[in-house]
Amino acid sequence: MTGWQLTLRRAAATSHSMNGMGQSRWSAGRGTCRLLMLVAGMAMLGGCVSVNAPDGPIVIELNINIRSEVVYRLANDASETIEDNADIF
Amino acid sequence: MTKLTRKIALGSAAAALAVTGLAGAAWAQRDPAYEAARSSGQVGEKMDGYLGIVGAETTELKRLVNDINIKRRAVYAEKAQAANATLEEYSLTAGCIAISRTTPGEKYQAPDGSWKTRSSAPPERDARCP
Repeated sequence: MTGWQLTLRRAAATSHSMNGMGQSRWSAGRGTCRLLMLVAGMAMLGGCVSVNAPDGPIVIELNINIRSEVVYRLANDASETIEDNADIF
Repeated sequence: MTKLTRKIALGSAAAALAVTGLAGAAWAQRDPAYEAARSSGQVGEKMDGYLGIVGAETTELKRLVNDINIKRRAVYAEKAQAANATLEEYSLTAGCIAISRTTPGEKYQAPDGSWKTRSSAPPERDARCP
């Protein structure tokens, strides 16, 4: 009984394994194909979307509209204001 | 006679004004809590001319900073109008000067937005600062 089952199983296993081997080879081929496609896709993505970090430090431009001439003009006035309001500066 | 008395009165009034003015200037000093927060680096001078909280925000610090910033804004607005400038122009200029007036150990905001501790070297300031 056990022999029967064993033989049966063996037979089934061999055929199955053969089948499986064939399938696995096929699926391996498919896997490589998929992997290649993925790599190609990533390479394409890498080619399309390139994010570069800025070279210099990021400088927050505080109110770009203000020109240095204006700041120079107001410097003395602001300096006096600070001296006159020493309690809040 | 009347002329002389008027002169004396005017003179004494001017003298009184000068004295009170001097006393006022001498009296107008930083609040001890504000002074302590500055020297310990809890608050710092921002580029925009206002005070900022450097580390952890506490309700006490927020109150102190808001209180001073409201007063500063009022002063800036008044002075900017008198100088024919915008509030932002005036406050940025004041920020430049306030940062250059910080003493070693105090905090200030560098052009990249980070907080720096003032050393004996000149502070890092906006390129437009005088």
